[in-house]
Amino acid sequence: MSPPIDFSLRRRTLLAGTAAAAAFSAVNRGGAAAQSTGATAGPETTTVTLSVNGEERELTVDNRTTLLDALREHLQLTGTKKGCDHGQCGACTCTVNGERINSCLSLAVMHDGDEVETIEGIGQPESMDPMQAAFVEHDGFQCGYCTPGQIQSARKVIEEIRAGIPSHVTGDLTAEIAITDAEIRERMSGNICRCGAYANILAAITQVAEESA
Amino acid sequence: MRAFSYEKPADPAAAAARAAEVEGAKFLAGGTNLLDLMKLEIETPLHVIDVNGLGLDEISETEEGGLRVGTLVTNTALSADSRIRRDYPLLTRAIAAGATGQLRNKATTGGNLLQRTRCPYFYDTNMPCNKRAPGSGCGALTEGAFSRQLGVIGTSDACIATHPSDMAVAMRALDAVVETVTPAGMTREIPLEEFHLLPGDTPEDETALMPGELITHVRLPAPVGGTQEYHKVRDRASYAFALVSVALVRQADGSGRVALGGVAPKPWRSDAADAELPNGASAVMSVLLDGARPTEENAFKITLAERTLAAMLKEA
Repeated sequence: MSPPIDFSLRRRTLLAGTAAAAAFSAVNRGGAAAQSTGATAGPETTTVTLSVNGEERELTVDNRTTLLDALREHLQLTGTKKGCDHGQCGACTCTVNGERINSCLSLAVMHDGDEVETIEGIGQPESMDPMQAAFVEHDGFQCGYCTPGQIQSARKVIEEIRAGIPSHVTGDLTAEIAITDAEIRERMSGNICRCGAYANILAAITQVAEESA
Repeated sequence: MRAFSYEKPADPAAAAARAAEVEGAKFLAGGTNLLDLMKLEIETPLHVIDVNGLGLDEISETEEGGLRVGTLVTNTALSADSRIRRDYPLLTRAIAAGATGQLRNKATTGGNLLQRTRCPYFYDTNMPCNKRAPGSGCGALTEGAFSRQLGVIGTSDACIATHPSDMAVAMRALDAVVETVTPAGMTREIPLEEFHLLPGDTPEDETALMPGELITHVRLPAPVGGTQEYHKVRDRASYAFALVSVALVRQADGSGRVALGGVAPKPWRSDAADAELPNGASAVMSVLLDGARPTEENAFKITLAERTLAAMLKEA
């Protein structure tokens, strides 16, 4: 296992968190935490094997490690970004077993044997995925921080529409779903862009959808 | 997040038995709500029982002509199932109105029912909250509190939080039944109507589940037909919790069913209000929201609920 990149910082954060938790349990009189001994029922680390971008990676992680932190800090795949860390911004979006998920709201230990694809596996500067190329062509970003998540989502949005998965703006639930601006916008609502490149992101996705039709 | 031990049990009954036996144990399914709460240390399990892989991810047909949905069926899979889209469109509409594509790909059927309130006072551990820290008071009922999103009916002096689910509102209108396995290995059925508890003096008790009891399925009775619609009113066009949502099933003769989301600690429906449907939105809401106790900030929800239903009836 590779050590976390910023171990000292994480250690300090952890200690601060523990102190706050202790203070909280003191007032949590009726809650389960106040009655507990605070002891866990077994090991606090687990060894998992993930297939990441087609390569098997064995990791021993603290059970608390999110899939996002496993990718970034243990596997040094820093293309997947940490934005809010609470499933609200979509910067951490990556693909697990073919479906896009928020990697910040999933534990690494839940993914033993799963196939994970990150932005690094989708394309590289010299061999870009069509969606990456379309984002470049249409200026689908400014600062670029949300972009890996946007691209991961965008590729899956087209697949989800073609697979007939309905959205909030879908009309007839039993008919084929058309790839419209409204469908793309609704399905991309889990990816926030603080620079506000939405119009250009929409243009990029539309182009890829049309080219792959 | 606090440290925890982790296990994957062999079957649902073993999962329930372990959950009752191990101190501080908690089930983990999709994790989209639980992990968020664990990061904030609102949930602090000492032991996590991962129920993924227990084979509860199928949708099967029942003898009574309905569907039995495994608790691990994701929100995406449930909303996209061709039988659900054809025979229970209300459920597809409600699920698609909630969360985001990424979240719906992980969020599960049972987990959606068990998600916690998004009340800002429940989420802020610096604030009092009777649900999070029993006896500490209700931050939402203090002077000048922000209660715009919170409940108007079924609430108590101890808690005015709402249940945030869209899916559950549709399931309530469809008379869904929750199936469970107890720590003793027995199966049990709980009508969704009785599944979520009103806060009363004990807002920390949210469901009829006993300690360790695991949801295995949600059963939908035979399709009820009619016109089915889910209308969600929220502050953004997408990815926001409901201020008010209305689930409506309307039959050709004018009869039907109405369930509300965003207004109460559980999906809100009554037979007496359903019976008023032929008499219009005002008649329905005067029965369904009778006894409402809104705050100054969220009194608008009562008008909003009536107008939302009125608009739906006009379009239907």
